[in-house]
Amino acid sequence: MSVARPLPHDAAPLHVTGAARYVDDIPAPANALHLAFGLATIARGRIAGMDLDAVRAAPGVRDVLTAYDLPFDNDVSPSLHDEPLLSDGTIHYLGQPLFLVIADSHLAARRAARMGVISYEEETPLLTIEEALAADSRFEEGPRIYQSGDTDAAIKDAPHRIEGRMELGGQEHFYLEGQAALVLPQDNGDVVVHSSTQHPSEIQHKVADALGLPMHGVRVETRRMGGGFGGKESQGNALACACAVAAARTGRPCRMRYDRDDDMVITGKRHDFRIDYRAGFDDDGRLLGIEFTQYVRCGWAQDLSLPVADRAMLHADNAYHLPNARIVSHRMKTNTQSATAFRGFGGPQGMVGIERVMDHVAHTLGRDPFEVRRANFYADRATRSAPQRTPYGQTVEDGIINALTDDLATRADFAARRRAVDDWNAANPILKKGIALTPVKFGISFTLTHLNQAGALVHVYQDGSVQLNHGGTEMGQGLYQKVAQVAAARFGLPLGAVRITATDTGKVPNTSATAASSGSDLNGMAVKAACDTIRERMATCLAERHQAKPGEVIFEEGEVRIGGETLSFALAAKICYENRVSLSSTGFYKTPSLAWDRIKGEGRPFFYFAYGAAITEVVIDTLTGENRILRCDILHDVGSSLNPALDIGQIEGGYVQGAGWLTTEELVWDGKGRLTTHAPSTYKIPACSDRPRIFNVALYDNENAEETIYRSKAVGEPPLMLGISALMALSDAVAACGAGYPALDAPATPERILAAVQRVMGGT
Amino acid sequence: MAIKKHELSVEVNGRTVRAEVEPRMMLSDFLRHELGLTGTHVGCEHGVCGACNVMLNGRSARSCLTYAVQVDGAKIETVESLGTIDKLHPLQQAFWEKHGLQCGFCTPGMLISALELLEKNPKPTREEIVDHMSGNLCRCTGYQNIIDAVAYAAELMAEQANG
Repeated sequence: MSVARPLPHDAAPLHVTGAARYVDDIPAPANALHLAFGLATIARGRIAGMDLDAVRAAPGVRDVLTAYDLPFDNDVSPSLHDEPLLSDGTIHYLGQPLFLVIADSHLAARRAARMGVISYEEETPLLTIEEALAADSRFEEGPRIYQSGDTDAAIKDAPHRIEGRMELGGQEHFYLEGQAALVLPQDNGDVVVHSSTQHPSEIQHKVADALGLPMHGVRVETRRMGGGFGGKESQGNALACACAVAAARTGRPCRMRYDRDDDMVITGKRHDFRIDYRAGFDDDGRLLGIEFTQYVRCGWAQDLSLPVADRAMLHADNAYHLPNARIVSHRMKTNTQSATAFRGFGGPQGMVGIERVMDHVAHTLGRDPFEVRRANFYADRATRSAPQRTPYGQTVEDGIINALTDDLATRADFAARRRAVDDWNAANPILKKGIALTPVKFGISFTLTHLNQAGALVHVYQDGSVQLNHGGTEMGQGLYQKVAQVAAARFGLPLGAVRITATDTGKVPNTSATAASSGSDLNGMAVKAACDTIRERMATCLAERHQAKPGEVIFEEGEVRIGGETLSFALAAKICYENRVSLSSTGFYKTPSLAWDRIKGEGRPFFYFAYGAAITEVVIDTLTGENRILRCDILHDVGSSLNPALDIGQIEGGYVQGAGWLTTEELVWDGKGRLTTHAPSTYKIPACSDRPRIFNVALYDNENAEETIYRSKAVGEPPLMLGISALMALSDAVAACGAGYPALDAPATPERILAAVQRVMGGT
Repeated sequence: MAIKKHELSVEVNGRTVRAEVEPRMMLSDFLRHELGLTGTHVGCEHGVCGACNVMLNGRSARSCLTYAVQVDGAKIETVESLGTIDKLHPLQQAFWEKHGLQCGFCTPGMLISALELLEKNPKPTREEIVDHMSGNLCRCTGYQNIIDAVAYAAELMAEQANG
């Protein structure tokens, strides 16, 4: 059967020959026009005057649009309608699009976009969490609070108490393919949109509003993205709407892509956080009471910040049972890029908070951090008496973290390596090593419950070939391949008989973003439903001809067997066609059992949890703060894998991306709100020399307790949080330098490590 | 004011191309827009990510930092020159089989860098592979499978040379 096999990515032959087309590779008619935005050069204020004569006069420029030229809705927000495509006069951040240049070439448009003469009435921008707090600049009326038990009493009565504060930087997605869109005008005023987006239905919606059309006038197609990571969930709206407006105005195809610097300056990133914590615990490090106050820097527009901040609260427990917990979340509005979805969607920040607390507790007690973590784990499903509740009231039904981490510790020889690290540190004054094991428990489902639905469209042609379409998008994760494996398995066909076509709002409507790790869970089930409908119709037709029951018709190995007779699938399809059987079907799926009240913080937001754990070993140079990841061992739970090779790829990539976020990837804004790290020369994503020297990854054998597609589990986001072990290993190495607690903020750059070493040596 | 164009004659993937280009047109744009060779990708546009790598007179070069006029008289090979789906180069075969890609956007540049390495060093150690490939960024894979793919390609090429 085609599922569970480690098949390579379906488009691999196209990728290695350079034949795979991304949006900017799609040939457009020769009269296509190219667009670029003129950007604000201050972070907050009003436009006093905008002189665009030089822009209009620049070579190759056809037209220049401002907010006043937009025919319909001036908004590209995915949520609150607070994100004008072009500034309406107010400047919210440095990099905000002010005007749109339409030119004969990409270069001509970009050159001209720099020629605008803008005068401003400048105001003092709110750039930091502290500045926003002082001005009470926030989304929602006040903080959200989720809580369970009596936290204040539990902390007060505890034998030991700590308090602390942690700062956590954001992260640039750095999808290798920048944002891009192409709009082709059709007759009757309709448009076809090619967009590098994780959310074609939202592009359709926003383009329809921008053109004053019903959604049926807009068809969006997305074959693939060159990486998404959440950065293409809402951030492509602006380019698609700009192209649509320009195409409608000129009657010509319009395309737009952001140059890398523009991309980094204009688009949102991972939310940076400040987390304050207060905890009370016993002699074993068991947390009796804990309070987190999460301050979230959301940027200028709401975008997806509320669900991101919610998810951070929902992961403040990670894999630990917190009987008395209060989680407070402030969503601060600042004059910076509007922070957006990024793999993990707030979960990683919430998790770093509790891992920091575990580390701090262990240091306070002088115990091994892994022992403290283990003392706090949720009980396993196999060994517990009754399921425990999360701070938001969901019971943890499928717990495996104790068995999984024990297994990993054994495989990776953790105890002996812990001793070896301590011995090394005793013997070496300059280079210090650190090692840490951290767990991951990640909730799977969109917390906005209605998004947990998917559709599919499957056709069987009379030659027996199968065409498949679904609402999920391909960004490299291998979703198309996994879903094709499902379809092939349902029909008992070899994979080559199934062709997946580009995601298309004209084929499957009202799709959710390919996000929340849900792509194969949702779309795999929808495709299964569609395939099974057709299979049942075929079985009924064929059974009738052979005086058999439909249940006796077997589809396998490219053949259909009924009683003693065997037909090729192609012949079976031809017979069904000639007997006027419909060989096309939609399929639909909605995740069962979800009920969540985000205001109260109660219910079951997640269908199930995905688990994993990583051990990272590092070395630091205490004179410079330089560091290396020496080794990483991972054991990760993907349920019954649909494709182990693709899953391991997600795990390796997720770990490296997570470790990058917490170590080398530092976003720096200057005092004026200018992002100074707007290209890979200044913003350091991991290169292959940065990955662990030894990198062992294994899948944990664990069928999903819930009924998911072939009992698999989601894998997109959870492995990113395995990278937290790198930060905790660095903290461990720094702790070897003296008596003080490292209190290492993230990203743990060499500068931060060096400062922490000096703090620790000072014993504070 | 019309910008004066420059004449250019260059061998691209074994074919001689004559063209007139603006003096500031980048080689990456020339390949992608003028010749339709969109396998060469533009990632960061300032020479750091390596997605735009092509072979220029037998050495890898960043086509986003090279002006088209600079390659007058030169020999360029892009990813499209390596092999076809029916007849893949061992490097292409290896990246496919060893899962050396996810989104695929960095892949053409990776293949060109790997080709340069294996042409001058047919039996690289793992450290040499890592060292050579560190100039190409990938955001998806975590690099493990890319390194494995280059090592496997070296084996395949050695087999071909012997067989």
